[in-house]
Amino acid sequence: MKKFLATALAVILAASMFTGCGKKKTEEKKPEGTKTEEQTKLKIGFVSDQGGINDKSFNQLAWEGIGKAEKELGVEKNNPIESKQVEQYQPNLKTMASNSDLTVGAGFMMAEAMTEVAKQMPDKKFAIVDASIDSPNVLSLLFKEQEGSFLVGVIAGKMTKTNKVGFIGGVEGPVINRFESGFAAGVMAVNPEAGKGLMPIDEKTPGKTVKYIDSFDNVGKAKEAAKMLYNDGCDIVFHAAGGAGNGLFEAAKEMKKYAIGVDADQAQTVPDAKDVILCSMQKKVDVAVYDAIKNFKDGKFEGGKTMNLGIKEDGVDVAPTINPAVPKEVMDEVAKYKEAIKTDKFVVPGTRKELVNYKAPQL
Amino acid sequence: MKQSEDRKKSSSKFKDSLLNTLKGMLFPISAVIFALFVSVFFVMWAKNLGFGESASLLFRSLWKGSFGTKFNFMETLVFTTPLIFTGLAHSLAFKTGLFNIGVEGQFIIGMITAAIVGQIPGIPHILHILLIIATGMLAGGAWAWVPGILKAKLGTNEVVNSIMMNFIGMYLSNYLVMGPFRKPGTASTQLIQDSAKLTRFVSPNDRVNTALFIAIGFAILVYILLWKTTTGYELRAVGTNPDASEYGGISINKNIILAMVLSGALAGLGGATHTSGIQYQANQLFGFPNFGFDGITVALVAKSNPIGVIFSALLFGALNYSSAGLQVVGIPSQIASLIQGIVILFIAAEYGFKIIGAKISAKRKKEAVVNE
Repeated sequence: MKKFLATALAVILAASMFTGCGKKKTEEKKPEGTKTEEQTKLKIGFVSDQGGINDKSFNQLAWEGIGKAEKELGVEKNNPIESKQVEQYQPNLKTMASNSDLTVGAGFMMAEAMTEVAKQMPDKKFAIVDASIDSPNVLSLLFKEQEGSFLVGVIAGKMTKTNKVGFIGGVEGPVINRFESGFAAGVMAVNPEAGKGLMPIDEKTPGKTVKYIDSFDNVGKAKEAAKMLYNDGCDIVFHAAGGAGNGLFEAAKEMKKYAIGVDADQAQTVPDAKDVILCSMQKKVDVAVYDAIKNFKDGKFEGGKTMNLGIKEDGVDVAPTINPAVPKEVMDEVAKYKEAIKTDKFVVPGTRKELVNYKAPQL
Repeated sequence: MKQSEDRKKSSSKFKDSLLNTLKGMLFPISAVIFALFVSVFFVMWAKNLGFGESASLLFRSLWKGSFGTKFNFMETLVFTTPLIFTGLAHSLAFKTGLFNIGVEGQFIIGMITAAIVGQIPGIPHILHILLIIATGMLAGGAWAWVPGILKAKLGTNEVVNSIMMNFIGMYLSNYLVMGPFRKPGTASTQLIQDSAKLTRFVSPNDRVNTALFIAIGFAILVYILLWKTTTGYELRAVGTNPDASEYGGISINKNIILAMVLSGALAGLGGATHTSGIQYQANQLFGFPNFGFDGITVALVAKSNPIGVIFSALLFGALNYSSAGLQVVGIPSQIASLIQGIVILFIAAEYGFKIIGAKISAKRKKEAVVNE
């Protein structure tokens, strides 16, 4: 017991020494108090899903959009909350909303929780990415991923030498199915032979060169799936698997094949792999979130509305960085299809069901 | 004269047992305190503040984020409830000398079972809740029975098998959620019927519900089972010394299976009440919900005491939940996991400390002898 007392005393002594230092610093740290003067600034909060704000995917993009808004629009961003479990969405959104004017949430998994919180806090405003919520104080931001995926599909269909291209999806669901369907449709439009493997066997079963890895963060699984596809004869693989997609790039580097990036301009965000990245399908979550904040600041918040952001609305596109291996003729072809989608010449299938009945457009 | 001696004896016996309990509690409590102390340094590092300031920031936001406001306190209880169940499940297995790491999978099976059973229409509230409790326990128990019987009959290690059952459970749940029970266009099942929802007794907006009382009730039940019944005595005997208990006529195999099934039933019940109290539906899982794994720490800190589990679950529920409050002030949420990690490390090292302690005292004795 004596020993315990002695240790305890020693610890207390040591701690009190530190506390002494701490006090001095509090005096120096005065400037933080100035924050209170700027409280008229609109506060923007962000709650991420389990991916976290460094997921190199939509969470990160949404957070970047908020960062840009802080710099350019003079709003203030709160520290973000990263959810660790599904059951944390609701309290996290509530905590965030209670000291933010506009709370942004990311991910379709959050839809149920946000509906509930929006109902409980009717005087607060919310925006959600990748989900549609019918609530007067929530703005829903959906993307037509199939349209952007169609365009990279055109590039893949034109560039393949083995006449076989592959797709790796994160987790089955309406969002990722849009990527798959649009990509398959794009390949089919320019190279029906190469698109065969991407075409679904029926509404529920994806094609032979389509792999789902049931994860958005398991890099190893994505690498394994990519190697299988490459060994199977594919020479270009497109992924919609968030952070796990880095596994695809690793496999592409090892096997000297091509990959197509997703969400961000991945030749820029993953510079190690820029030689094997043919192009990327850009989903401009950052722009959409930025615009939402801008509208909010200007008093034009469109609560209850669901935005469907496609090529026409500049929500999706082929990212600016294109691999030098892609010739100009291919990009001209892409531009042609882009114009056709913009002018509603044809509709890109967004589900497997639509894909099964899809006829390639004649331009 | 004799009477007073007896009284003295009994009072000293009581004192001894109280002292022993306190001594037993000393280690986990000091581990938690030490973990909090260490985490302050990480806050200093992350926020670039002095020690005192970091400490006050950390403890203030931990407190505010867990017990400080009414809403946060309610939410802390929400995150405590499943931990009580999983902590109990681990305690029961530990007491029988088993490590049921499959609690996670049994919890998931309980969740999906309740999500399915909860959709049956036209059952009165009380019956529906009882049905969910029963099916949740059955499903979780069945899930744990597999590694239990494999261990009893074939001698395979229950740790390995139950880890594998975790993955089977998760993917089975995902198959059911995304397949036959999928709500079209989402990654979850339909909401359960109103009759299957546990009562939110504070207000409809506070998620805390009667599952909390069920959990505390079961903690008491497990305590009675382990210390006041023959079955419990047999379970503990097998845990302390299987060979001796077999010599005494206790069947090891029977008790291993029983402990696994009971442990699984508790975990399954935790999952079932989680669905019918909080989630109201089963979601597609991208990873383990982690209540089962966190239950290991809960049981370790409680030293497998069912009543202690309630308090250590409250501690870890508060830590887990307050990570959101920490992030609001810019402290990385990983601090909560860090505290948990240090606590586990310390408690795992307790055995090591004991050995060192024994060696030191042995050495002293030797020296003492020499001195004489």
